[in-house]
Amino acid sequence: MDSVFLARIQFALTIGFHYIFPPLTIGLSWLIVWFMTKYKNTGEDRYREISYFWLKIFGLSFVIGVATGITMEFQFGTNWSEYSRFVGDIFGAPLAAEGIFAFFLESTFLSILLLGWNRISVKVHWFSSIMVAFGSTLSGFWIIVANSWQQTPAGYKLVNNRAELTDFWAAVFNPSTMPRFLHSIDGALMTGAFFMLGISAWQILKGLRVDLAKETMKVSLILALVSSIIQFGLGHYHAVQVTKTQPEKLAAFEGVFETQRRAPALIFGIPDAEGEKMNLAVRIPGLLSLMAHGDINAEIKGLKDFPKDEWPPLEITFYTFHMMVGLGTFFFALAAFGLFLLYKGKLYDNKLFLNIAFWTIPLSFIANQLGWISAEVGRQPWIVYHILKTSDAVSVSVPPFQILLTIILFLIIYSGLFFVWIFLLRHELHSLKLSKPAVDEKGGNA
Amino acid sequence: MSTLQVTWFFLIGVLFTGYAVLDGFDLGVGFWYLFTKKNKERKALIKSIAPFWDGNEVWLLAGGGALFAAFPHVYATVFSGFYLALMLVLYALIFRAVSIECRDKLTSPSWVKFWDYAFSFGSILPALLFGVALGNILRGIPLDKGMNFSGSFFTLLNPYALLIGLLGLFMISTHGALYIAMKNEGELVSKARRWARISWYIYMFLFILATIITPFTQPHLLRNYEGTPFLWSVPILTLMSIALIGFFNKYGEDFKGFIVSSISIVGHFSMVGLGLFHI
Repeated sequence: MDSVFLARIQFALTIGFHYIFPPLTIGLSWLIVWFMTKYKNTGEDRYREISYFWLKIFGLSFVIGVATGITMEFQFGTNWSEYSRFVGDIFGAPLAAEGIFAFFLESTFLSILLLGWNRISVKVHWFSSIMVAFGSTLSGFWIIVANSWQQTPAGYKLVNNRAELTDFWAAVFNPSTMPRFLHSIDGALMTGAFFMLGISAWQILKGLRVDLAKETMKVSLILALVSSIIQFGLGHYHAVQVTKTQPEKLAAFEGVFETQRRAPALIFGIPDAEGEKMNLAVRIPGLLSLMAHGDINAEIKGLKDFPKDEWPPLEITFYTFHMMVGLGTFFFALAAFGLFLLYKGKLYDNKLFLNIAFWTIPLSFIANQLGWISAEVGRQPWIVYHILKTSDAVSVSVPPFQILLTIILFLIIYSGLFFVWIFLLRHELHSLKLSKPAVDEKGGNA
Repeated sequence: MSTLQVTWFFLIGVLFTGYAVLDGFDLGVGFWYLFTKKNKERKALIKSIAPFWDGNEVWLLAGGGALFAAFPHVYATVFSGFYLALMLVLYALIFRAVSIECRDKLTSPSWVKFWDYAFSFGSILPALLFGVALGNILRGIPLDKGMNFSGSFFTLLNPYALLIGLLGLFMISTHGALYIAMKNEGELVSKARRWARISWYIYMFLFILATIITPFTQPHLLRNYEGTPFLWSVPILTLMSIALIGFFNKYGEDFKGFIVSSISIVGHFSMVGLGLFHI
């Protein structure tokens, strides 16, 4: 096995594991802000209890996100040294900015938030929750800036075979930054919302603090619905940008081989990269042209317009993209069904909905992973689009067996972390058994 | 170097110095952690750093990011060249972060024991390896034409680098013991003062040893001192601040001890900067 392959496996493994946590914590942080605000305004005990409980879940997930995040910053230097030499001036800047501006904010206010109960005023505590949510969102911004620059590089010039920064703001707001940031942050809100929804459903099914679960269920359901609806728009906005800036990626997403006007949208199909065709394709004529360009007669570039050795790996890009879109549609349908039940006053009694909501938790994480895979695999064979190939970016001084060794160690450690995370989540949830609702509430009906 | 590069050189120095002073004390707490067997004291130790450790680690992330941005070749060469060592540091930091969060979630003895060891070794390993890495950078590492490290993992384990590694470890253990003494009450304080004392002797000894050996084995680090003898005040002040740690420790002035210990760390990094800086 060669270094490039191994380094890619290691990167995929470590980023995939890391990316379980940031979307969850970003989403939950804004939900916690909501409940902290309610507590500040009403002083009601149940809001305090909800915030307290969910902050514990948040803190647990946050720390694993931090711990696995350090890996990412190290890894560009350890495994991708030639990439680091090539883009350091540009790529390092947002990473440093994330550390200095965003992460510092988060970690300072997180300590206040987690340890501040009964020690600081409600207002300061509430303010800390906002700063944590703001800080983690800002963190996400800088990371997406760095990654988007790989997709659509801007604000640089090539000097001595290295990319040098010429315009900081052009690099920061490169063509894909905003579409990708908004798409990912909304994905994070969806993750937080469906996570809270699923846990609340589980609480109701198990009869654990149903009084609190009804409140969290209602709020998370509304966020789930709103963020799922917005995601259709943001996903579209992002796809339009990909059409303009990375046409071969869009062609791989949609399985378009021939450049054509009135390009159809694919409902179903099995891509065949060897035979350069789609099998069992079910298409809606003109829809892709219409969606991508707002014009049914617009031209969509097909893969055959590009050298075959510069095609993204077709199957992975195609399947992950379509599964993500499918899941997004399912999330919307589930949330809409939930809202209908809420409107009918049957939300908390519908066993079917509650069970589906619980089992949707892993799906929301999977959707994030799928989106990320289709975005990154769809960029291949480039590490920086049309400038530097992934195969030229890997560290030359690291022997393959050392990478293999660290992959194995990462696998062991990260599996351990994953089980510890699940185990402690369960532990926190079961600890709800010990807590009792306040008696002065009117029967716990939210 | 251009003015911009000199500014970055200084700024990155500030970030790594800040990291050593700040994360140094919580790594140092981890060093002493297994020296007490009492669960109550271990809990107190964790509690004393729980609100700060991740804020402190931000300095490492910021320093690494700044190095990546300002001196990408240094970042690329060092991080890929020290591959296995840095991966070890990484695993240690991961275990350490998680152990602080997890240890007191359950009361089962084997659970607590596992995270106790993870926390302590997760602190000692980075404290030692950061010093070894710095020792190698001071000493110089073999590079090929593509600016890539051409040695092996064992090239890095040379006596000089190991000496600097130990110096760093005891600098941090002294710093941590002083922090424990400053932040706690009762029996733990007298324990921590004893720890600080023992650790300080070794710190002082290793500093003097390294200062005597360096001019003979690494003469290139003295370039800047030769032109500007005034710079000798930096090692002298560093030595004085280390000596003052012992003085304050003797009279139970833990806070002052912690301050001079911090100054001694700044002194060390200034010496590193003066040794490496080259127009």
